[in-house]
Amino acid sequence: MSAVLKPDHFDLAAIRKDFPILSQQVHGKKLVFLDSAASAQKPRAVIDAMVHAMEKEYANVHRGLHWMSERTSDAYEAVRDKTAAFVNAAAREEIVFTRNATESINLVAHTFGRAALKPGDAIVISEMEHHANIVPWQMLRDAHGIELRIAKITDAGEVDFASLDQQFADGKVKLLAITHMSNVLGSYTPAERLAKFAHANGAKILLDGSQAIVHRQVDVQAIDADFYVFSGHKLYGPSGIGVLYAKLAILDAMPPFLGGGDMIASVSYEKSTWAKPPHRFEAGTPAILETIGLGAAIDYVQAIGFSAIAAHERALTDHALNILSPLVKILGSAQDRGGVISFTMAGAHAHDIATLLDRQGIAVRAGHHCAEPLMGRLGVTSTARASFALYTTMEEIDALAAGLIRVKQVFA
Amino acid sequence: MSETADLYQSIIMARIKNPSHAGKPETYDAEGEGDNPMCGDRVHVYLQRDGSRIFHESRGCAIMIASAELMADAVAGLNAAQIAQRRAAFEAVVNTGAKDPALGELNALAGVSEYRSRIRCATLPWSALALALEEDQKNG
Repeated sequence: MSAVLKPDHFDLAAIRKDFPILSQQVHGKKLVFLDSAASAQKPRAVIDAMVHAMEKEYANVHRGLHWMSERTSDAYEAVRDKTAAFVNAAAREEIVFTRNATESINLVAHTFGRAALKPGDAIVISEMEHHANIVPWQMLRDAHGIELRIAKITDAGEVDFASLDQQFADGKVKLLAITHMSNVLGSYTPAERLAKFAHANGAKILLDGSQAIVHRQVDVQAIDADFYVFSGHKLYGPSGIGVLYAKLAILDAMPPFLGGGDMIASVSYEKSTWAKPPHRFEAGTPAILETIGLGAAIDYVQAIGFSAIAAHERALTDHALNILSPLVKILGSAQDRGGVISFTMAGAHAHDIATLLDRQGIAVRAGHHCAEPLMGRLGVTSTARASFALYTTMEEIDALAAGLIRVKQVFA
Repeated sequence: MSETADLYQSIIMARIKNPSHAGKPETYDAEGEGDNPMCGDRVHVYLQRDGSRIFHESRGCAIMIASAELMADAVAGLNAAQIAQRRAAFEAVVNTGAKDPALGELNALAGVSEYRSRIRCATLPWSALALALEEDQKNG
């Protein structure tokens, strides 16, 4: 690793000690975990925060008048403040807690999609979306009579603005729902430019930030995003907690998603009225412990800082692209790309690659990555994917390269 | 790489490089398909009743293709009941790792038992064959 690229305060050895799981062995080999884009490992701070809540301060939130409930409610709501500051939302009410990014998108499709969009309106997505940003819109299309359009990507794996222009030409598009970073190609999309484009064409924009938010600072106001969604578990937090950011005026006009406790202002048999955002969209007992875990994860990444994280991951990605290019075919070549690298190897199926690497202790993902239409666009049925996190080392990427050489020998 | 030699042994690698039952035959009596939506693997099996000859069109991993090849060898000339019996014995082998002397070269896939997520790859051609046999029986 180039010393120039390594920020002084980024202490990788110390960071790795924060993640207990990284010292595990798999099949008698040192674990080389290169599947963080699917779900990241958890630092001690996240584990401890959740254990602390369970051991010392736990009750249901927003209900009890007793000490435990008040303390737990405070801890839960403090994470909303923290999350709002994390993405630079204008107000804490703009942060809705969900189970994951998938649920966030479904929430928007179900409420905004049915209330603000009319039959005949169109939604545009791109060719490099995760199924989570395809299927909810298909369901809305089939139930509500909107049109779903697909904007092309270039062969490099970037947004094709000429295609976007075409899709928007007739003025029917009311929402652009697009990834902020492809989970297959690692391409970042130009969020600010896309938001400007959507707004200039009279549409709102939803960004799927599941991948991007892990690797760079996200400022929803600078982007001018209408909706921004992500999951806690890719951000070193627990599974079961996700975030929907939306501008308050939009949230305020949206009807509820799920009905139940906590989302009402009043209930009678004749009629119920809804709480204001964000509680209108948080029916039932929320994921209290997971939310507290998310708060600890946000603290953790912010203590390290995204400039240091991004510099480290940039160096990892550059090294990986260099060292892997002679061994495998890497998909996509976007100018602005992060630490997610999908590849194929002639004669070897992605699953065989993954199994052979696994036996060497190396965890990669293989398959269609919940992006079957993109696989079709790329002309493959599956790929192997290595993805990097703030705890990934250069040695692990070297181990991947060595592992791939052994795979090649088996398939020679 | 001894740690994977048990699964990716020469018999499997040889079969995927030189398959002898791959491709769609000009005539066949029944067909069946196996799909793994988790990974996109797909196998299409064609059955010729005359001598129970099997052909397959496979798009997938080495384990699946090798399994289709070895299956075609192993069921040649057998009737439906015998094939069902062989399938059950094969599934026991890939689930437990205990080789079955009666299964011959099919035992090459016994190592898949150590890779839980890959057992389905080995059994997929057999599922497709079972569908083909069902169709064949319906056709009488």
